[in-house]
Amino acid sequence: MLKTLLGQIKQYKKATIITPILISLEVILEVLIPFITSLIIDRGIQAGDMSKVCLYGGIMIVMAMLSLLFGILAGQTASYASSGFASNLRDSMYKNIQTFSFSNIDKFSTAGLVTRMTTDVTNVQNAFQMCIRIAVRAPFMLISSLIMCFLIDAKLSLVFVGAILVLGICLVFIMKSVAKIFTIGFKKYDDLNSSVQENITAIRVVKAFVREEHEKEKFSKSATELYKIFVKAESILALNSPIMMLTIYGCVICLSWFGAHFVVIGDLTTGELTTMFTYIVSILMSLMLLSMVFVMITMSIANAKRISEVLNEKPDIVNPENPVMDIKDGSIDFNHVNFHYKHANEEETLTDIDLHIKSGETIGIIGGTGSGKSSFANLISRLYDVSEGSVYVGGRDVREYDIEELRNQVAVVLQKNVLFSGTILDNLRWGKEDATEEECIEVCRQACADEFIERFPDKYNTYIEQGGTNVSGGQKQRLCIARALLKKPKILILDDSTSAVDTATDAKIRASFAQKIPGVTKLIIAQRVSSIESADRIIVIDEGRISGFDTHENLLKTNEIYREIYETQVKGGGDFDENGKAGA
Amino acid sequence: MAGNPKQFKAGQNKGPRPKVDNPNKTMKRLLGYMLKEYKIHFAIVVVCIIATALVTLTGMLFMQTLIDDYILPMTATQNPDFGPLAQAILKLVSLYVVGILCSYTYNRIMVNIGQGTMRKLRLDLFNHMESLPIKYFDTHAHGDIMSVYTNDVDTLRQLMSQSIPQTINSLVTIVVTFFSMVVLDIPLTILSIFMSMIMMFTTSKLSKKTGRYFADQQRDLGKLNGFIEEMMEGQKVIKVFCHEEKSIEEFEVINEQLRNSANNANKFANIMMPINSNLGNISYVLCAGIGGILALSGFTGLTLGTLVSFLTLNKSFTQPITQISQQMNSIVMGLAGANRAFKLLDETPEVDDGYVELVNAKEDSKGNLTETTERTGIWAWKHPHKADGTVTYTKLEGDVTFNDVDFGYNEDKIVLHNIKLFATPGQKIAFVGSTGAGKTTITNLINRFYDIQDGKIRYDNININKIKKADLRRSLGIVLQDTHLFTGTVMDNIRYGRLDATDDECIAAARLANADSFIHRLPDGYNTMLTGDGSNLSQGQRQLLAIARAAVADPPVLILDEATSSIDTRTETLVQQGMDRLMNGRTTFVIAHRLSTVRNSDCIIVLEQGRIIERGTHEELIEQKGKYYQLYTGNFAEEE
Repeated sequence: MLKTLLGQIKQYKKATIITPILISLEVILEVLIPFITSLIIDRGIQAGDMSKVCLYGGIMIVMAMLSLLFGILAGQTASYASSGFASNLRDSMYKNIQTFSFSNIDKFSTAGLVTRMTTDVTNVQNAFQMCIRIAVRAPFMLISSLIMCFLIDAKLSLVFVGAILVLGICLVFIMKSVAKIFTIGFKKYDDLNSSVQENITAIRVVKAFVREEHEKEKFSKSATELYKIFVKAESILALNSPIMMLTIYGCVICLSWFGAHFVVIGDLTTGELTTMFTYIVSILMSLMLLSMVFVMITMSIANAKRISEVLNEKPDIVNPENPVMDIKDGSIDFNHVNFHYKHANEEETLTDIDLHIKSGETIGIIGGTGSGKSSFANLISRLYDVSEGSVYVGGRDVREYDIEELRNQVAVVLQKNVLFSGTILDNLRWGKEDATEEECIEVCRQACADEFIERFPDKYNTYIEQGGTNVSGGQKQRLCIARALLKKPKILILDDSTSAVDTATDAKIRASFAQKIPGVTKLIIAQRVSSIESADRIIVIDEGRISGFDTHENLLKTNEIYREIYETQVKGGGDFDENGKAGA
Repeated sequence: MAGNPKQFKAGQNKGPRPKVDNPNKTMKRLLGYMLKEYKIHFAIVVVCIIATALVTLTGMLFMQTLIDDYILPMTATQNPDFGPLAQAILKLVSLYVVGILCSYTYNRIMVNIGQGTMRKLRLDLFNHMESLPIKYFDTHAHGDIMSVYTNDVDTLRQLMSQSIPQTINSLVTIVVTFFSMVVLDIPLTILSIFMSMIMMFTTSKLSKKTGRYFADQQRDLGKLNGFIEEMMEGQKVIKVFCHEEKSIEEFEVINEQLRNSANNANKFANIMMPINSNLGNISYVLCAGIGGILALSGFTGLTLGTLVSFLTLNKSFTQPITQISQQMNSIVMGLAGANRAFKLLDETPEVDDGYVELVNAKEDSKGNLTETTERTGIWAWKHPHKADGTVTYTKLEGDVTFNDVDFGYNEDKIVLHNIKLFATPGQKIAFVGSTGAGKTTITNLINRFYDIQDGKIRYDNININKIKKADLRRSLGIVLQDTHLFTGTVMDNIRYGRLDATDDECIAAARLANADSFIHRLPDGYNTMLTGDGSNLSQGQRQLLAIARAAVADPPVLILDEATSSIDTRTETLVQQGMDRLMNGRTTFVIAHRLSTVRNSDCIIVLEQGRIIERGTHEELIEQKGKYYQLYTGNFAEEE
């Protein structure tokens, strides 16, 4: 995990290395400054020698200036390195996500990916900055302060060594017990946040069922749980500062007592004793800083794990080695295909699909909820890979083609489709980046979208809000179809893409397809029989198997499921008269 | 509505820019908020902090007395007596014990205050959020509301557990040192004050700058957040269109912006400490130099011993300022977070002036209604009359009328005009029309998700404004267009409709909604955990669950808003039959674009651009050869 993350430092390696060096220089100066102060006192003021005061004062100002300079530089390189590191992390995650296949995407939730790329990265960034600034500073300060102390008086300095040992043991003990609690705490914290998120998105359901009190109770329970866990962890952490004080005070007392003796004997000057007192503080401060870094790291380990999960996710659909770039025609062959979703280790979604579609045919696909219609369609443009068997497009296995080429030639209009914020033209040009306005208007005509676009005040420059919330469902679907048409594909798959379009317009779209793009193989998945009955042939899918594949007329005669669907929709007229009368 | 295309992703995330309008006001409010619950706690904390600071200072001063009063005299004598020193040290030890105890006390209490305030804030936020009108959720990006709970509340942790105690501590030190300094020497004190003024000045300058960059960073983070959210939501579309390269390009632009502002924000925060601590060093040298001159010249009566003590004080005077400056960052950040949290708490909640309640009722042989606590299947409106203090009961029938109702989401843009509507008990009323015609809006008015601009809506002849919102909504079962499920088991989700429903009742509802068969095929049946809004189910399955949820509520009036749009027509017929049985004798409103769904309704209302253009039964409307006829024949052109 650490390797994955540290690998992302890349071009900020220099700044990452320079920062600790600069900080070391700063620390050296910082450590020397108390030494100079003791000189000012001993040789200058106590001796009444003003020239010494000026000399050492001058040295100290120069050192302060240098330390300031190093401090500022280190602050800058640290922030440069850490923000760059964070930026790299986000960039790599984003790029890796772009290589994900559909089944990789299914594994992560949108909200999860968003928090991984924002909150988690921010926490790691802070921990990282902390590390390069303090992880060096603290031990360095500790060691150099100790050295200075030993230079002044070795015997007296043994006091510090003892104190450091005691403090160190206490801190490790505290950290260990806290880390465990924090891990549980953050998990709870995630749960709490997801319940807030749920309430925000589903607020209408909450209000419609008058469940405000119920939700408040649920929330209060988890908030209190979280409170208890964090109080538990932090009350252990609250020991940090008293323990700190205990050791400092212990040192002060030992130093006062023994120091007094040494001074009396004449082993130590008063100035040196004062300086030793100053060093106590810096030694113990550095220990405290170390423990802070420790806490930060403990807390960000969970974040780091979540980031490396995304970075280490391997896309399970990759381009073949010598990809075929040319797709001959729009024929489709399923050869004994079995398929099941990886994450759902359930039974097969599609079983033994074996059928052959000629180029240029219009195929209707119908079947019950969850029968596998969308899964069937998704195999053609290799959004998922088959579990067994093979899918051929243009006479070749889809796994031999260049993925981009394949998906450009097989245009899918997804069931759960999305428009992006931007103008209508921006959205259409997803299909073809350099499409002229005329081309865009042409495909909108084919998808019967131009009629409503023309009614917008800004026409094709109308701004679409995120998720297309400012256009109606039917309008959205027609825009999505137009966007797919712009690719000029050999195969066009409409996955329940006209469900929100009224039937009259639906019919118009189909008529325009037949007229304008006759050579394209068209697969139309629909719930309405009227959307598919004019297709050349119709596939009836039932519980993952092909129940029938024939023309409308033949299926009516031979396929019971199809006949039933047809009758509930159209021939429902049988009892329709009675209902009509009852209502009147 | 239309945003500027250049601002692309900024559009939906206008939110997280932590701009502190008035830091003092926010600080005051935050402290008040904290103190409300923890007045005594906080008083103890302050006392303990002062005690701790005083102990630390006494210790510091002791070092000087140690040298001046004990060590120096002892070096002068031949046979030094360590007795007085031992006594002094013992005194110090007992003082230190007090200090350590105080330190633990305030640290420990602060944990409770900090975490407790955060919990209270979360609860208040959540409780308040639940009371906000739907409009609030329409007009605020969801990610933005979320970040109040996460990013903003989190900033308070640092502020409360560290910055506040640290600041108090530092202030105490500054004040005490200041007085000791004045006692020792006034000219040097003025010099020290002057230097610390410079430190404070740079701190405030820098923290203002940091604050600005920090605001930039949060804004860019918000922008990035919005972009990622949109792209992740549309990730499958990106794949289908091979748009990966392009989206990476766009991402990198925003990512670079964030890197830049984060770099600036941290840069200024990082240099605050070196600047201040070295200014402290310079202050020390100046004091030593000028003090030395003064002492040697003997002008002001400053002795060398005093100067040495003063220099120690100078250190302990500038150090707390450096410490406060270190805290500035988290203070600015915490105030920004608190500000946003308070903003949410200040949103006006949904107003409810209703006083008519929904009660279970019993009907005696004469048709008189009496209130009862058990579930009888009969509901009544309990209508207290203020004038004479009497209470009348009206039977809930499901009689809904709209009288000349006008409505707009904004005052100036009316989307429903002059709606007249009568639904008598037991009727099935259907709304049809193209998307955006106002079908969903009408149903949102019945349950008062939104309030009408003009006209009247009556429910069993009671103006719905007089009915308590909770009771009004409880009387209406709604299956919404967008299905939302909650984290929990399938059973929990069905039971959401009625919390006291038994397992059997839930299963019966699932059967009615035709969801039973697919639930059985789930790994753990009814105990299967649903997460992430039921993302492991298909759209159709989620709709079936939503219907079961409404069915278990067994409501007097039912509203189905495109409730079966993703369900295949065969299953839909079965679901419909079940619902018809359930709602026999009760009022149902149905919205659908699928005409087979609405054909057998008692009254079909055709809407266009917010107006009712046709109404009548299926037969009558076909006869009229109007819009409905067009829609219908568009569907079955070959049949007619």
